[in-house]
Amino acid sequence: MRRGLTLPLILLLAWELASRLGLADPRILPPASQVLLRGWAAFWNDDLLGNLLASLTRDLAGFSLGTLAGLCFGTLLGLSRLGDRLLGPSFHGLKQIAIFAWIPLISMWFGIGELAKIVFIAIAAFVPVVLNTEEGMRGASRQLIEVGRVLTFNRRQRLTRIFLPSALPAILTGIQLALMASWLATIGTEYFMTVGPGIGGLIIEGRERFEMDQVMLGILILGVVGFALNAVAGHLGRVLTRYETA
Amino acid sequence: MAATLDIKGVEKTFSIDGRAVPALAGVDLKVEPGEFLTVLGASGCGKSTLLRLIAGLDTSYEGSISLDGQRIRGPSLDRGIVFQEPRLFPWLTAARNVALALENAPLAREAKRRAVDEHLALVGLSSFGNAYPHQLSGGMAQRVAIARGLVNRPEILLLDEPFGALDALTRAHLQDELQRIQQDEQITTVLVTHDVEEAVYLGDRVIVMAPRPGRVAHVFDIDLPRPRRRTDDRLVQQRARILETLEEISGESARPLATQPVGPLEARPALA
Repeated sequence: MRRGLTLPLILLLAWELASRLGLADPRILPPASQVLLRGWAAFWNDDLLGNLLASLTRDLAGFSLGTLAGLCFGTLLGLSRLGDRLLGPSFHGLKQIAIFAWIPLISMWFGIGELAKIVFIAIAAFVPVVLNTEEGMRGASRQLIEVGRVLTFNRRQRLTRIFLPSALPAILTGIQLALMASWLATIGTEYFMTVGPGIGGLIIEGRERFEMDQVMLGILILGVVGFALNAVAGHLGRVLTRYETA
Repeated sequence: MAATLDIKGVEKTFSIDGRAVPALAGVDLKVEPGEFLTVLGASGCGKSTLLRLIAGLDTSYEGSISLDGQRIRGPSLDRGIVFQEPRLFPWLTAARNVALALENAPLAREAKRRAVDEHLALVGLSSFGNAYPHQLSGGMAQRVAIARGLVNRPEILLLDEPFGALDALTRAHLQDELQRIQQDEQITTVLVTHDVEEAVYLGDRVIVMAPRPGRVAHVFDIDLPRPRRRTDDRLVQQRARILETLEEISGESARPLATQPVGPLEARPALA
């Protein structure tokens, strides 16, 4: 962790120096210190926290929706041969479409308000969860499935005692990917759909007013939040699959 | 608790690439309550297939297999099974792995907990209930599997080369343990193995199977008191005789198919 911080700190220093020494136009690349000051001011005056909260709430709603649906759909594809034959090809075809291509359609179907944004984020989270859940379920050990038969497990017991725990590591990978995808999608919706409260909105606003310190502030926050989400997901994954290495 | 296992005229055919390949032909066997039967044969003689049929894991065959007169139609908690691999659930502790076998048992929670404790103690792992499978040695993991096979107090215990993957010392140790448990519980037991010494040391009766198609070639009664000593002269003699029989069988099956004796009666003189 400490070594991992070296490069960002050097970059931060280089950034600061580049602006201060006039190597870069400070209107285009404001010095790091000015961005931090801007953050401090925004925190007290411009409801920075409110914007961050709006983005996170949106992200969480879409992520939860997409992950839940993805778990169910991935389980169906992984365990039901009929389900896979019927729905698999359509899903694998549709997932090839770049996520942002959905925006016009979603705007038509769900309007341009909060609901449309959440649906969009949900789709972004849905895909990796489905893929990983399906793969995890398929990878369940034939030998353990046979033990389940010997122990006269019913359908529910097979699912909760064998398939879900077998698929857990893969599911967690899917959820971690979904977290990153949905954060990306959150900012996407704030860029490309209507402007509302949120970090994406903050960045757009900064660009329109040509206040690059606000733009940089937004970008920094995106990075830090993304990093934190990833770290939380990784830690959660390690805790839940502790039996593998304990 | 112990039951009589009755196998009558069992024929099993596998279909490989559309061709019918006979795996078992005319197998007749009766295992008495409390008997320890060992089934011996080279790989491919159908001994594991036979065990899977008894376990109810495969129900497409001719003939009949019944336990105490009840036709076997699928897996049941009346029949405990131990595989060559421990097949423990890696995300559950040893105790939870054993408890898994009691999911569908008609017991109260407290009775289940007690049964798990008792059976962990039976295999000498009382203090390892909270260990995860990857923390156990191969021998310990297989003991947990044996506890799981026994925890329902089944009428018959089926073991499919349970010690095949263990080192010689651990194997000998677990054989003794299994012998003790089988004596204490007086449970009807069928153990499949390719190890002559193991078959003779553990079995009241040794069934020698021949391949292509799998059939009972010889039956040896091992009429020796327990506990047995591995170095017992009579044991050593029996072992030599069975080894000879096995060699004859593998000599036969190595010959071209056309010259092999075909009559089922010729093939199993011990039962004729």
